[in-house]
Amino acid sequence: MRQIEAQAIIEAVKQAAIAANYELGEDLKAALAQGEKEEESPIGREIFRQLLENARIASQEKVPLCQDCGVAVIFAEVGQDVQVVGGDFQEAIQEGVRQGYREGYLRKSLCHPLTRENTGDNTPAVIHTEIVPGDKIKLTVVPKGGGSENMSRVFMLKPAQGWEGIKEAVVTTVKEAGPNPCPPIIVGVGIGGTFERAALLAKKALLREVGRPNPDPQLAALEEELLKAVNCLGIGPQGLGGHITALAVHLLMQPCHIASLPVAVNIQCHASRHKEVVL
Amino acid sequence: MAKDVYLHPPLTDEDVAAREIGDRVFVSGVLYTARDAAHKRLVDLLAAGLELPVDLKGQILYYVGPSPARPGRVIGAAGPTTASRLDPYTPTLLALGLKAMIGKGKRSPEVIAALTRYKAVYLAATGGAGALIARCIKKAEVVAFPELGPEAIHRLEVENLPTIVVNDCQGRDLYEEGIRAYVCRAS
Repeated sequence: MRQIEAQAIIEAVKQAAIAANYELGEDLKAALAQGEKEEESPIGREIFRQLLENARIASQEKVPLCQDCGVAVIFAEVGQDVQVVGGDFQEAIQEGVRQGYREGYLRKSLCHPLTRENTGDNTPAVIHTEIVPGDKIKLTVVPKGGGSENMSRVFMLKPAQGWEGIKEAVVTTVKEAGPNPCPPIIVGVGIGGTFERAALLAKKALLREVGRPNPDPQLAALEEELLKAVNCLGIGPQGLGGHITALAVHLLMQPCHIASLPVAVNIQCHASRHKEVVL
Repeated sequence: MAKDVYLHPPLTDEDVAAREIGDRVFVSGVLYTARDAAHKRLVDLLAAGLELPVDLKGQILYYVGPSPARPGRVIGAAGPTTASRLDPYTPTLLALGLKAMIGKGKRSPEVIAALTRYKAVYLAATGGAGALIARCIKKAEVVAFPELGPEAIHRLEVENLPTIVVNDCQGRDLYEEGIRAYVCRAS
């Protein structure tokens, strides 16, 4: 049984939270650069230019990409041959978030749902833990902004609505969101499972690198179809009109009940921040 | 035809009336920040017949809740937040002479009508360009509601903060008209 110190988890989460907020991934930078070339709208091209410049400044000057440093969502894959020692696993993650948001000068955006009083340290993080084979722990820290999360939806469709119903749900969600979630966006779509599983699939779908096709060719083709439909809306960068509303649509699918067709659409702004560490 | 324009508050009716959707407006001078909690406080003060901590006449409100400043820096990341959450409060503030708001995302029909009625404009800054916009901010100080943290009202001094006119005082909406030019026609 391999032992991992809770302190190592704290440190890893802290560093990942800071790095995720300062450094835009290479995949996103490449997608923005491509957008700057391909967008027909002059205002849209200017927006792409600003976003690339923003990423450069954030990285150079150690300033967050966006003032909304998000809810810290943590995907933890814990090897079944790992024993966490020297502290509580969940609490170590929370402490890592606490330290990262404080020491990285990241905005603390969590509050009591009713009194709206800020919790002061950006905890609690939302943690999704899976037990997997092996003796490692993989932690993915995903700062998720409020503007795009607010535009996300879950639909419990009728099975008869099928693919057309799914497509309509995705397009309607993006259309209604319009400029609000800071397009160009990435659209995570979870199909199947249950009410809550569909939402989790949609969020997980956002973690895939932009520009890397879905490994399942059938889903890859459906993603293409959805991306085309979404970009036909004309919303464009920042909603000011253009052909690039979404940089990518990512699907994850699993079987569901014979009576159900759950579909979740999780919208991600262009500042798609996630940082992975393996212990 | 969309133009490049440089605005310095306090703004007059004329400054605002000449603006058209799509104009690129570079703002320099003083801005006041306010988001959800500060708006609620301002409107509550007015309802109670009390004076506001800042005079909004001719001014621009920037919808932002910046991230904390690292020591030695003026401010952290400071991009715009979603404006629609502030729609319920906005007509009341426009009636006091507020001339422009900077945010991101759609406004309600009530706000758009109030822009015409009180002669004011809504400007969009680039959502998610928090580091880029922070570079335009030369000075920042909290002037009201310090207990609200990032939601406190800050007085900012800015230079050439880049925005685009989304709603002008003729009732036009770039979010509607901009999309129309690029939407795919049914084949």
